[in-house]
Order: sequence, then C-alpha cells, then structure tokens
Amino acid sequence: MKKGLLATGIIFCIAVVMAFYACGPKGPETIKIGINAPITGDIPKVGEGSKFAAEMWLEDINAAGGLQVGDKKYKVELVIEDNESKAESAVKVATKLITEDEVLAIVGPQSSKQAIPAGGKANELQTPMISPWSTNPDTTKDRPFVFRGCFLDPFQGPVAANFIKDEFGFTKAAVLYDVASDYPKGLAEFFKEAWEKNNGPGSVVAFESFTTKDTDFSSQLTKINNSGAQVLFTPQYYNEVALIVQQAHQLGWDKPIVGSDSWGSAETVKLCGKDCYGLFFSTHYAAAGATGATKEFIDRYNKNHGYVPDDVGALTWDSIHLLQQAIQNTGGLTGDIKKDRVAVRDQLAKIKDFDGITGKMTFTEEGDPIKCAVLVRISDAGEFEFYKSVCP
Amino acid sequence: MVLLQNLINALQWGSFYALIALGYSMVYSILMLFNFAHGDIFMVGAYIGFGVASALIALTAMGAFALPGWLILVLTILFSMFLTSFVGMIVERIGYRPLRAAPRASAAITGLMIGIILETGNLALLGAQRVSFPSMIDTVTYDMGGVFVTNKKIMIVVVSLLLAGALHQFIRRTRYGMAMRAMAFDYVVVPLMGVPLNTMAAMTFALGSALAAAAGILFGVAYPVLDPYMGILIGWKAFVAAILGGRGSVMGATLAGFLLGFIEIFVAMIFPSTLRDLIAYSIVLLILVFRPHGFFGEAYSARLRL
Repeated sequence: MKKGLLATGIIFCIAVVMAFYACGPKGPETIKIGINAPITGDIPKVGEGSKFAAEMWLEDINAAGGLQVGDKKYKVELVIEDNESKAESAVKVATKLITEDEVLAIVGPQSSKQAIPAGGKANELQTPMISPWSTNPDTTKDRPFVFRGCFLDPFQGPVAANFIKDEFGFTKAAVLYDVASDYPKGLAEFFKEAWEKNNGPGSVVAFESFTTKDTDFSSQLTKINNSGAQVLFTPQYYNEVALIVQQAHQLGWDKPIVGSDSWGSAETVKLCGKDCYGLFFSTHYAAAGATGATKEFIDRYNKNHGYVPDDVGALTWDSIHLLQQAIQNTGGLTGDIKKDRVAVRDQLAKIKDFDGITGKMTFTEEGDPIKCAVLVRISDAGEFEFYKSVCP
Repeated sequence: MVLLQNLINALQWGSFYALIALGYSMVYSILMLFNFAHGDIFMVGAYIGFGVASALIALTAMGAFALPGWLILVLTILFSMFLTSFVGMIVERIGYRPLRAAPRASAAITGLMIGIILETGNLALLGAQRVSFPSMIDTVTYDMGGVFVTNKKIMIVVVSLLLAGALHQFIRRTRYGMAMRAMAFDYVVVPLMGVPLNTMAAMTFALGSALAAAAGILFGVAYPVLDPYMGILIGWKAFVAAILGGRGSVMGATLAGFLLGFIEIFVAMIFPSTLRDLIAYSIVLLILVFRPHGFFGEAYSARLRL
C-alpha cells in the first residue's frame, strides 16, 4: 500500500510538473520593462539617476523572488537604452524597446525635449509610457498611453511667480531661457503669463533667450541688467545654470535668481559653486530633512552610489512603482503582449492616492498626477534645503 | 553704458573666435585644406588644460611646491599648448598626410571623422559628465561706473592679442615663418627647392593646435563647464571667421574673429536674442556676397599673408 501511495504521489507530481510546463509557454515567464534614459549627451547625470533608481527597484524585486501578478511570480528584466539626450534618438529607442525588445511598458524619457516625441511613438504603438520628469503638458496631451510622475509646467510657472511675489514683493522680472528646448521654452512662457497676471502686462521687463550649446550670455545679461528687473527667472538645466549665474554675477547682477525643477541635480552646485548659494528653485522634493520612505530611499541610494539622489532618481523610483502597482492590479497577464499593454494602461489610469516618495499622486484624465511642489533654497553649504511646499 | 559693456563682452567673445580662426587660416594657406577637426582640437586643448591645471593644483596642495594661482594658470597655458601641439601633429600625420594627393573633399571628410573620433574618444575616456574647469585665479569684478569688467576678461583679451601678435612676428621674422610664406605660394613647387613639406605641415598643425589649446583654456577660465562636444559649434563659427578674414590671412583671421564676436553680441543687443544667430550670420553672408574672398583675401590665391 505504501509503495502504491508513493508511486501515485510521484505520478501526480510528474503530472503537475508536466501540466505546468504545458501551460508555461502560454504566459510570459519574464516581464520586460524598458528604460529610455539620457545616459550620454547634455544631461548624463539625469540618465545616471534614472538608471540607478531603476536598478534599485529591480534589486528589491529580485530579492522577493520576482514580481507577483495574480497567482503567478514573474522574473523582471530591465532594458536600459541610451537616448543621448536627443529627441530623434529618444524616438528610436522607444520604437526599438516596443518592437524589438517587446517590453510591457516604458519608463522615460526624462526631459520634455525627448519625452514629447517619444510619447507620440509609444501612444501610436499602444504601449504604456511613464515619463518621471517631463513637466511640459504636450507630453501626455491626447495620449491615453502616456503618463508622467511629476507636476506640470502650467502649475510650476505660477508656483515660481507667486513665490517671488509673496517672498520678495517684486513687480518686475526678467526671464532667460533656451528657445530651442521644449522644457525651458514652455516654462518660460507659463512663468511670464502667471507673472503678468499678478503684476500687470509688461511687468516681465526682459524676456531673453539663447540656443542650446550657447555658453556666452553676456549680451542677454547686459540687457537684463539694464531692464530694471528685480529678479531673474531661468528655467535651465544644470550645466547652463552654472554659466548663467556666474556670468550674471560678473556683470554686476546682485539680485535674486530663481530656477525650476531642472536645477535639482546633484551637479548644479558642483559646477556652479558659491555663486549659486542662497538661490531658490521649485522642484519635486527636497533631500535635506526628508522623512519616512523618502529618507529610506535617499539613504540607500547614497550608500550605494555615494551621493544624495536628485529629483530624477526619486521620480523614477515613484514612476516604476506606479508601473508595478498597475501591473499587479491587472490581476494576471495573458501572455499576449498587446492585450497586456492595454490592461496595464487601464490600470495606470485608475490609480488613486498613490503614496510615492515625492508625494501623493492621483492621475487625471490626461495621465497627469495631481501633486504638490516644493521650493528649495540652496544653503550656504551647497545643500538643497526645504523652504516651503505649495499644493494645487 | 550698455554700449561699453557690450563692447567688453564682445572683445572677450571675439578672442576665442580669433584664436581658433588662426589655426584654420594657417593650415589652409600651407596645405589648401580646411582642418575640420580644429574645433575638436580646441576641445582637446581645454581638457588637457583641465588635466594639467588639476595636476598642478593637486601638487601645490600636497606641498610639493608653492605656486600662486596666476603662475599655475601661466604654466597650464604653456604646458597645454605644448602638449596639444602634438595632438595636432598626430592628426596631421595620421589623418591628412596619407591623403595629401587625394582630392580635397576626401581630406575634408577625414577632418570630420577625426573630429568625431576625438569627441567620442573623450566620451569613452572621461564619460559624459560635465567637467568643472578649476578656478586658478579668483574673479575680481571691477565696477567702472556701471560697466563691469573682471580680471579674467582683461586677461583673456590681452593673452589672445599677445598670441596673435606673436604668431604674426613669428611668420614675419623667422626662417620658418619665411618657409611657411613660401610654401603658401605653392606647396608643390617650393618643396622642390629644399623646403621640407612634411616638417612644415607638421609645424603648421602644431602652431594652430597650440593656439587652439590656449583658446580652450581661456574658454575654460571664462565658461568653466567643459563637455566633449563643446568644440563643434565654436569651431564652425571660427571657420566662418577664417573665411570672412580671407583664407590664409593671419591678420584677417584675427580681425574677423573679433568682428564676429562683435556682430553676435551687438545683434543680440539690438534685436530679440531669439534671432541672434539668424541675423548675425545673415550679416556675414551679406559681407561675403560683396567681398567673396573676405577682408584680406585675394581671388584664386591662398597665399599666407600678414
């Protein structure tokens, strides 16, 4: 009897294993997630931050033995591709990730310059894409498959304008921005609109621009200096911030300079030095003085990579968790990548009150989260200090 | 006041164009080719300057010797010019010498390739992170009745003019300078008279590259953020200056370099800055329509002139 029982047991086991194998190919064994990041090009630090945050997330998933979706555990693979911080490369990367690597969803690109065209591609090919850092409205506009992990420029522009009015009481502002890049151009215009709404038409006394790769701003800054502006708003990336701020000071500008979330890189202070101390910018989170899950993330990142993560890292972390949540909410994948992509998109759109390390998020119709902005002051030690929080 | 301030801005900005344009012009006069890798040699010069300056600062910090900041800067410029001249010679030896008999278009394409190799080589070597050029001297800003000048600005303009003047004297007074001028008449016949073509070509490249290195370091002093692609745009614009000055003209390249700086700065002063390059380079085009050979150029001649 005992032998019989054992034999039955063995046969049963084999049957189960065989059934498992037979069923196996119907569902995917691994979930692939694409990362579309600027590893080289103008803003490599941004690419590095995205990569590190995504890898940290993968470590967690691997430590848990895979990603639990419905009643099945899946292995997860990250496909990290470099978009060279160029719009055309970002589209190429998105296409490659979707058609060749057959990823379930894409995280990135980060800056609006790449996220706007790449988002168009992802939407066309019906693949969910989350841009963690792109704040320009066009990225997600009329694109049901495209989401983002941050607030928008139409929100950020007024935040900066109102902050300057409340904090300093100024009525005349100057703006200096890169006309050839979607993000600074869009934000400069939103700021101008908000400022003129507060202070009347013509209160932006200098609205000066330059083109990507320019290094000399002396002519524009001379104009700004003589325009009677009380404050300079410059929504530029960290490499230009250093040049603009230093040149402004050398031309005798001693008034405040205010920036936007693109300043929030670990590189800003490194390149800019003492010239940037005491300046303000609006952003997604402040590393100094963080608590709870945010602090945990910062400490872990700092331990692994030797520096405090900037907002890109934190937003990428949140975006990939949003994606994880949506994948898990599907309740099970069919194995048909096209159907699964649609299922993930539907779940993303439904997410409410997601508790991220950069704040609570609920998606709107357009795939944009409603969340708060933070104003940061660069301290005299070169750290990003929390100054105040502004909620919609 | 604004005018004076922009005059100073333009002098600084034009210095870079002038120094880089000199390299284009010299090479053109001797070998009848434009070295399109020149902008990238400027970039390499800036990075070598970064390396030398960092090393000297580190040695000073360790107490090997005590050097004041300005001496470190002078040494950095000299060392980097010396080292970068070898880069120029290597580029000539590997990239251009084998193609000397080939059509000019091939040499131009080679130049573009070498440029890409230098950019991506640097990218592979140092990574894509921006490099912060060390500040060797403290910035002192002088306020002269609303016109602001820094010690760095003055230094940049003075050093550029000194170097351009030194080159001028070198070509006018030395035997090598004479050989260069002779070569500029006819680089096929003059070597038959016993002037070594290879030596002269290498020397021309070395001189041009040394000037580009000086420009690179001065650039680093003024705009202390270096990246591997920093030489492309400024290289193209300096090339425009070389054409504007008249191909092969030393004085012309210097003057046109400054002129280009003035045009860019003043266009941005008068017109909306969004249209700066559009208007600035339309003006350049207009000048070339009326003076197709540039200021000091002559029709169908590429003589090296002073």
